[in-house]
Amino acid sequence: MNEQVKIDLDRAERTEKLQGMGCKRKRVEDIRFTQGKGSYVDDLKLPGMVFGDFVRSPHAHARIVSIDTSRAKAMPGVIAVLTAADLKPLGLHYMPTLAGDVQAVLAEEKVLFQNQEVAFVIAEDRYIASDATELVDVEYEALPCIVDPFKSMLPDAPILREDIKDKMTGAHGPRKHPNHIFEWQIGDKQATDDVFANAEVTIKEMLLDHRTHPSPLETCQSVASFDKVKGELTLWGTFQAPHVIRTVVSLISGLPEHKIHVIAPDIGGGFGNKVGAYAGYVCSVVGSIVLGVPVKWVEDRMENLSTTSFARDYHMTTELAATKEGKILGMRVHVLADHGAFDACADPSKWPAGFMNICTGSYDIPVAHLAVDGVYTNKASGGVAYRCSFRVTEAVFAIERAIEVLAQKLSMDSAELRMKNFIKAEQFPYQSALGWEYDSGNYHVAMQKAMDTIGYKQLRAEQAEKREAFKRGETRELMGIGISFFTEIVGAGPAKNCDILGIAMFDSAEIRIHPTGSVIARMGTKSQGQGHETTYAQIIATELGIPADDIMIEEGNTDTAPYGLGTYGSRSTPVAGAATAVAARKIKAKAQMIAAHMLEVHEGDLEWDIDRFRVKGLPEKFKTMKEIAWSAYNAPPPNMEPGLEAVNYYEPPNMTYPFGAYFCIMDIDVDTGVAKTRRFYALDDCGTRINPMIIEGQVHGGLTEAFACAMGQEIRYDEMGNVMGASFMDFFLPTAVETPKWETDFTVTPSPHHPIGAKGVGESPHVGGVPCFSNAVNDAYAFLGAGNIQMPHDAWRLWKVGERLGLHA
Amino acid sequence: MTKSHIKVTINGKAVEALVEPRTLLIHFLREQQNLTGAHIGCDTGHCGACTVDIDDMSVKSCMTFAVQADGASITTIEGMANADGTLSALQEGFRMMHGLQCGYCTPGMILRAHRLLQENPDPTEDEIRHGIAGNLCRCTGYVNIVKAIQYAAAKINGTPFQEAAE
Repeated sequence: MNEQVKIDLDRAERTEKLQGMGCKRKRVEDIRFTQGKGSYVDDLKLPGMVFGDFVRSPHAHARIVSIDTSRAKAMPGVIAVLTAADLKPLGLHYMPTLAGDVQAVLAEEKVLFQNQEVAFVIAEDRYIASDATELVDVEYEALPCIVDPFKSMLPDAPILREDIKDKMTGAHGPRKHPNHIFEWQIGDKQATDDVFANAEVTIKEMLLDHRTHPSPLETCQSVASFDKVKGELTLWGTFQAPHVIRTVVSLISGLPEHKIHVIAPDIGGGFGNKVGAYAGYVCSVVGSIVLGVPVKWVEDRMENLSTTSFARDYHMTTELAATKEGKILGMRVHVLADHGAFDACADPSKWPAGFMNICTGSYDIPVAHLAVDGVYTNKASGGVAYRCSFRVTEAVFAIERAIEVLAQKLSMDSAELRMKNFIKAEQFPYQSALGWEYDSGNYHVAMQKAMDTIGYKQLRAEQAEKREAFKRGETRELMGIGISFFTEIVGAGPAKNCDILGIAMFDSAEIRIHPTGSVIARMGTKSQGQGHETTYAQIIATELGIPADDIMIEEGNTDTAPYGLGTYGSRSTPVAGAATAVAARKIKAKAQMIAAHMLEVHEGDLEWDIDRFRVKGLPEKFKTMKEIAWSAYNAPPPNMEPGLEAVNYYEPPNMTYPFGAYFCIMDIDVDTGVAKTRRFYALDDCGTRINPMIIEGQVHGGLTEAFACAMGQEIRYDEMGNVMGASFMDFFLPTAVETPKWETDFTVTPSPHHPIGAKGVGESPHVGGVPCFSNAVNDAYAFLGAGNIQMPHDAWRLWKVGERLGLHA
Repeated sequence: MTKSHIKVTINGKAVEALVEPRTLLIHFLREQQNLTGAHIGCDTGHCGACTVDIDDMSVKSCMTFAVQADGASITTIEGMANADGTLSALQEGFRMMHGLQCGYCTPGMILRAHRLLQENPDPTEDEIRHGIAGNLCRCTGYVNIVKAIQYAAAKINGTPFQEAAE
């Protein structure tokens, strides 16, 4: 074996030992999860702990005439019953929302949606609490309700929010009607209108991204324990953003922030549902403060689906203007946003419609205008980002469906239309018409790779044959080809435009190297299944040359973790991942000085080699990071403070813009409306890839949620405001049988501004997947003149499309 | 409320307890026996996060009263590791194939897969998908759960496991 081969082998071996970035490291978390040793909120058992449960409104809109708690209080085992009358003297019957509105904790004079919280019963065990909720006598006077958001601002519409009816300026400017929340506009209206007035071809379609729910398998829950002697509150809960919860609890309770200990233990999925603050959290806190014992609150599934944070419900009138040759000249979108009874969207504060202005998508569209009207209805509040950055699924749905509508009008292949309008690789960084600076992308290459891999031309040929066969009556099956080319905007975000309640959306990492060279690191984010304990360690392993197995990652305890804004909007890797790399580099810089001292050379004479600093030209003279760590504590250079640790609060200079090309091949039985996904191919570009195994897992999961949303999942209301289907009996969560098989692929276009070039991936498959499925369905029926078919595309609705088109005998 | 006396075997250990007649088995296991591995996800029997094994059958313990288990032998996720404390073939399969993310459905999923492999030691992919249709996962999209069960079947049967190419 020659010398160079030996050196290469040694380096490969040392690299492999680190289990750093780019390898399919097996997850650290799985050791406990596969043995049932995770610790979730409901697993917590404290001495003297009692249980809370809600009395909820059966009406969508009603005046509360009276509440009588005496029968419930008389029940053995019941300790207390809280109503708005108890919370009001404490100023806690309303709480602030992240969107600048207020939300009732317990309803005072009116209820505004079905299942709204009216009273909180606290009892010795959860069975008694549940029983006692039925003994609270509430007299209601039913009021006319608003279910259809298009009727919210009619002149004679009933006024929903009497608490703010005279306040004609909201958190986001003037309100046009008592049921109006905000109007948000962006873009050059005049220039856009001019383009539309003169365009050769225009299309206009009302695209509905319907109301649904993130529905993690673990519902929202909390345990509050107030120590009256110390005046300290410990709050365990299902929090995607534990630090923000601590600040909010401090602001609304008046307890100083340092006396509040918020702990988010293992979380059973979040998908946006666990970003907000809920009545249950507040009531468990108030209960514990009043009673001096720990109070647990655990939502059941019906409560979860019908009260805590729905997603979507965007009615998007989308227009494109183009030349006859298919060059897109302008985009105009108006959104009617149904926010329910309170504006409790979980968006950065300055963004009432989230990042909906990414709706120009992956295309070079010269001018655009977007206007969003938010309205109140008698439905649960929320509007969270369900497995996506803020309103990005909606934005991508609008553009990717609109592109298909335009392609049809132009009689042009929609892949070709996309290719014609993509932002070109040399245009990055690209300034979009609605105000974003896209960091990097290589769209044509990704699209071509996807088309070649799936054999796009052959598929279109097959489809043409099948259509002819259908017309001849030889088959009852329709073939649809769905395409989606999405650009996400994640990693919120730069302080100049992103904050939550005034707190800039940085994130953080603190890394501490112990004398023996093992590590503990803590971040301001919070994993809910994304595998942070595994992947952050991989970043540190590569940056510092310490094996990932010697690095422990901790999140979720606000006493120990540095302040961060939490995990949602695919921000962990773009923001806290960057903080991790920067903190590691601070440590590395100090380590280099220590190594130079140890080797008695100048710092500049050293070079980094996987897990060590070595003297340039003398590779046998080196100090490993492990050796350096020992010296850092025991023999640092003169005048250097001992220790080896660093913290970084990272404020990103820009968002990151992951993208991808998705294709769905679907066969629909026109007589039953049953749609079968024959093939689904997802090419993702999330920049630098930290753990390909975890990326693939994220893509699988995101696609499955996209499939659910597009093909059946919804939160529906009848005209009385009764929520239909708030259980897993009716709410579509696909099993292993319905779920298609997923093919994944990738390209790598690193983010130029991120320390390791990573962009984030957890939500891309959902964002790209929803329009891809819907496009496949629409494409299947397009040649029959079906027009726009709204989601969700369950078999019943697709059967009705066949019925409408006269396709059934 | 009058309590009933029950005798059960849990993970090989004899247990006697007093329970209210209305106490659900899942609450008995989680709160009285401190076996918090099985979870509650839906309250309606759809999600399967509460799945345990009772007398060689997969049972959703949120749909069962504790008194109904009187005299039965119950296995929970806490009883699934090998006797020496190492991960069993299924537990190892879930880890090796990335068959879990948030971990909330995992105990129920593993218990269901355990019973499936007892009933059908060498299932096809289709049989696995139908076999776990009573257990919902929100994170993984099932592809890797199927692989995890295939991995475990191969390991138990002593046959080579070849991860299917995409």
